[in-house]
Amino acid sequence: MVNGFINGISVCVPEGTTVLEAAKTVGVRIPTLCYLKDINEIGACRVCVVEIKGAEKLFAACDTVFAEGMEVFTHTPKAIAARRENVAMILSEHKTACTTCVRGGNCTLQSLANELNITSVGLPVTPAEKDWDDGLPLIRDASKCVRCMRCVSVCEKVQGLGVWEVTGTGARTAIGVRGGKSLSDINCALCGQCVTHCPTGALTARDDTAKLLGRLSPLSDPDVVTVVQIAPAVRAAFGEDLGLSPELATEKRLAAALRRIGFDYVFDTNFSADLTIMEEGSELLERLADREKYAWPMFTSCCPGWVRFLKSEYPDMAANLSTAKSPQQMFGAVTKTYFAGKLGKDPAKIFSVSVMPCLAKKNERALPGMGRDGYSDVDEVLTTRELARLIKAFGIDVASLPEEEFDSPLGSGSGAAVIFGSTGGVTEAALRTCYAIVNGKNPDPDAFRAVRAKANERLEAEVELAGTKIRAAVVSGLAATGKLIEDVRAGRAEYDFVEVMACPGGCAGGGGQPIREGEEPAADRAKVLYRYDGANAVRFSHENPDVQALYAEYFGKPLSEKAHHLLHSDHTADWKMPGIMKK
Amino acid sequence: MSRLNLMTDSAAEQTSDGLRRDLARRLISAPPGTCQIDLTAGYVRLCLSQTCGKCTPCRIGLNKIYQLLELILDGKADASVPAKIRELAETAASTADCAIGTETAKAVLRSLDCFVDEYRAHIESGRCPAAHGAAVPCVAKCPAHVDIPGYIALVRAGRYADAVRLIRKDNPFPVACALICEHPCEEHCRRGIVDDAVNIRGLKRSAIEKCGTVPAPACAEPTGKKIAVVGGGPSGLTAAYYLRLMGHDVTVYEKRGQLGGMLIYGIPEYRLPAATLKRDIDCILSTGVKVVTNANVGETVTVDALRRDYDAVYLSHGAHSGKLAGIEGEDAEGVLSAVELLGAIGDGIRPDFTGRTVCVIGGGNVAMDVTRSSVRLGAKKVMTVYRRRVSDMTALPEEIEGAIAEGAEMCELLAPSRIEKDENGRVAALWVSPKIIGKPDRSGRPAPADSGLEDIRIPCDTVIMAIGQGIDSAHFEQAGMPVKRGAVCAGSDCAVPGFPGVFAGGDCSTGPATVIRAIAAGKTAAANIDAYLGFCHKIAVDVEVPAPTAEDKPVCGRVNMGERSAAERAGDFCLMEKPMSDKETAQEAGRCLRCDRFGYGCIGGGSDREW
Repeated sequence: MVNGFINGISVCVPEGTTVLEAAKTVGVRIPTLCYLKDINEIGACRVCVVEIKGAEKLFAACDTVFAEGMEVFTHTPKAIAARRENVAMILSEHKTACTTCVRGGNCTLQSLANELNITSVGLPVTPAEKDWDDGLPLIRDASKCVRCMRCVSVCEKVQGLGVWEVTGTGARTAIGVRGGKSLSDINCALCGQCVTHCPTGALTARDDTAKLLGRLSPLSDPDVVTVVQIAPAVRAAFGEDLGLSPELATEKRLAAALRRIGFDYVFDTNFSADLTIMEEGSELLERLADREKYAWPMFTSCCPGWVRFLKSEYPDMAANLSTAKSPQQMFGAVTKTYFAGKLGKDPAKIFSVSVMPCLAKKNERALPGMGRDGYSDVDEVLTTRELARLIKAFGIDVASLPEEEFDSPLGSGSGAAVIFGSTGGVTEAALRTCYAIVNGKNPDPDAFRAVRAKANERLEAEVELAGTKIRAAVVSGLAATGKLIEDVRAGRAEYDFVEVMACPGGCAGGGGQPIREGEEPAADRAKVLYRYDGANAVRFSHENPDVQALYAEYFGKPLSEKAHHLLHSDHTADWKMPGIMKK
Repeated sequence: MSRLNLMTDSAAEQTSDGLRRDLARRLISAPPGTCQIDLTAGYVRLCLSQTCGKCTPCRIGLNKIYQLLELILDGKADASVPAKIRELAETAASTADCAIGTETAKAVLRSLDCFVDEYRAHIESGRCPAAHGAAVPCVAKCPAHVDIPGYIALVRAGRYADAVRLIRKDNPFPVACALICEHPCEEHCRRGIVDDAVNIRGLKRSAIEKCGTVPAPACAEPTGKKIAVVGGGPSGLTAAYYLRLMGHDVTVYEKRGQLGGMLIYGIPEYRLPAATLKRDIDCILSTGVKVVTNANVGETVTVDALRRDYDAVYLSHGAHSGKLAGIEGEDAEGVLSAVELLGAIGDGIRPDFTGRTVCVIGGGNVAMDVTRSSVRLGAKKVMTVYRRRVSDMTALPEEIEGAIAEGAEMCELLAPSRIEKDENGRVAALWVSPKIIGKPDRSGRPAPADSGLEDIRIPCDTVIMAIGQGIDSAHFEQAGMPVKRGAVCAGSDCAVPGFPGVFAGGDCSTGPATVIRAIAAGKTAAANIDAYLGFCHKIAVDVEVPAPTAEDKPVCGRVNMGERSAAERAGDFCLMEKPMSDKETAQEAGRCLRCDRFGYGCIGGGSDREW
């Protein structure tokens, strides 16, 4: 342990602790901009500078190790003046357009400028020019970039892809796509982790609310039936952008809000998560029954960021992916076929909106094979952040709404479905159902809780199914995923079933989720999801009555020819990376 | 008003002189990865401040050049701009009135000629190809990429054994390099911006003085692969060491009786005592490297046999044949090459030069080694004869100063023309032709030119040629390998083209170079041989480098290495250089700016943790 003082307060921290983290232990908050704990501790912005007794120079608290006997002063006039001047310098190269910026009100730079009482920049303001195709699902506005290099670090260290790089030198140092390429020509997974870790509005997800908010909105077209589906992880996070706790911002109040917005049918992706388990679980059992015919391990296919990663980094393993489409796309396909038939409606007259914690889903909906006869299965994909903006635009006070049920028949989901939103959830759900299919009786629903992983963590489990040992692994974060695959390829690890989520912590930490400066909220959101699971009367996908009805009325059984046609996709043939679909 | 006034420096003039000196130091300490076009633009902008404004091409032309360069840097120039810059520069070079204009324009022309790719990249893609990755100047400049800030921090923390372990991750000759490395790492040391480069080699010396015996790390599981290394010099032993750590079975074939190559047969004992060198060699051999000495590949064993019996072969036979100047009378008794003399000394044979007058021909570090060895062998008088000026010598300045202090005489601007023999065929004198210094040659150094003066006779009885070494690769050439003027051709990966499994590096491939470059070649070859054999063994070390301390870095002079007094050391072959004191070590280690953690170094995590 190391002892010293911060602002006169006695501090005792483990060796190697930074001044910034040491200060937190005694309640002293030093402002930061470029800092991301463990990911970007590079002292680039020089906002966290502090005085250390005995030295003239100021030191960046984020990358200075707290040493024995150190006396730190975090808010002296000298430190504050330096901080103000450095923030002013950054503002002089930032296009301050807070009123029309999606990060207005949730911007680290804006908060800093306010906190430091910067009322004018006092320097010539010369932001870079935006140079980006706004049709891409991921938008970069160079005029708002503060060169904190968080995106570079997150993509390199957490996702192992290195899509972003530092370009140019000297005053012209900037951030760009690696090798000067366009985003359309590179192995970006579209996970959106750079977006959720950007301190400003420089990196954003394409805003797709315009159609719904326009004068000709399908919401107000009497000829069009509007349908909305809500991904599992959305319900655990949407309240954050509305200033509401998960206890107030419940899934049932969300259903009520969407109904107030004007959607004709408020459905739940949990329904198609259960459907996914039926298809993917059956596929796993089928592959196990005919082991020699297939490449192992079988990979989950519900995360489009992961599918992109596999197709770009290990294209020879595309056949290992389950052929099951993602829950979003299964839902879309069922909506425009089964449900359209039930309504007796022309599928082209159904406008299907999906709310996802995800950026890659915006791209997925437009991929080849995700529709038929000239219409798309999913017409618009909004992130959780866009959902909150939509709720605000419609003037809805969620907290005051009554709790309402989702609509039938695509609005029901089991507890196994809602945990799709957290890393390990798909595996747990699949094991619950596979066990039941093989043994003819349900296991304890919590029997497989050992696969509930943390962000970027790989967990393994061995389960006996009909006398065969199934080795399952779950992992999230693409750098950790890359290691898993390397281990598999080198023979250091052997699995039958691997669940991968591109974002650390799974969809709970998705790139389309609300942005919370300095926090990694995936674990908190996962707790909300597991609460929903525990509270659900139905804990098994195969027990979802509406899914049972769907099979009885339409598909017959899992992996039927019709199911193959609508719910599956041949990942070795459907499309190739980069596969960016512009709007 | 007085009719005349004495010139005094105003405070402003003193400050501006200081700024210029700071600038000169800063330019030398240039970090790797700066933009060449930005450098050119900055250079022109600075030169513009010297323009008096009289002449059109200087006042306007240079300014237009600067503006066009900025246009390129902003990514707003089209492909015609470099040609326009060239026109302006050629005009300024030929029409400006004084050097301020002409020389700036010539520098611009050199930039256009040399940085063609950089200009093209900026114009075509708006991108600068300068590498951001090479962030730590010393590590980038060290051919073996030793984690220098890391081991300096360990020395500062008193963790000398860990410092040696960290060095050995990239260089298994920490002891030899502590004494004789040419330290290219110091060239661009960022500390130079503050005052002067850190004495990096000196700090390594402190580490090896205090580390005690540091055992080699454990070898990986045996791979069953066999590798032959031809030549037991720094390059061969480096490759052998890392290949052993990777688990391969390695045998070194050494032509002579002892291991060490030029470290023992080229570097005199007063710079690197054999017993000290043994510390590195013992550690390398402790890993289980097998050695066959007195094994002349080509005679006792053929390269074909090695290729047949081993899975891979590394050629590192060095450059050990002496070169002569090709002048009349070279066959006289008393003429010898530097390689012959230093080789004999390496084997413990010290010829007696008592009473002799020695002329050493050459101006490089080897010439200084021979000069100073001759002094120690008892010569009455030693003259180093060089055809350029002393200031043009390629030897390190401290070597030249040391030789002079020991009584040798530097005879500059004298080109040997012939050797006069006496009636017994012995050297009687060296005839030299006086030169004047002139225009630069292709290497950029001012070349000697005809002085119009008569040749001069220097009476002497011994002439030692220190004008370079040749490479004997006849056997490998006969085996069909690509050899150019003795040098075995190999790629930057050390692979010999057309000979799968055969690699070459060090002096035998590059021609005579430095020890650290030979070590770097051995490291490179080891990695690529491992990959060739289908493995990817990583060389790493579990030494945690201390975090930098939060402290000011005020101006502080560089500690230079002390030497035993000239009078004392000139009489023996004992180690000449003294280590730093503890206090000096602490101060010098504290001067390191820790570029591995500060500046851009922190982004890539500074130095490589493994290779």
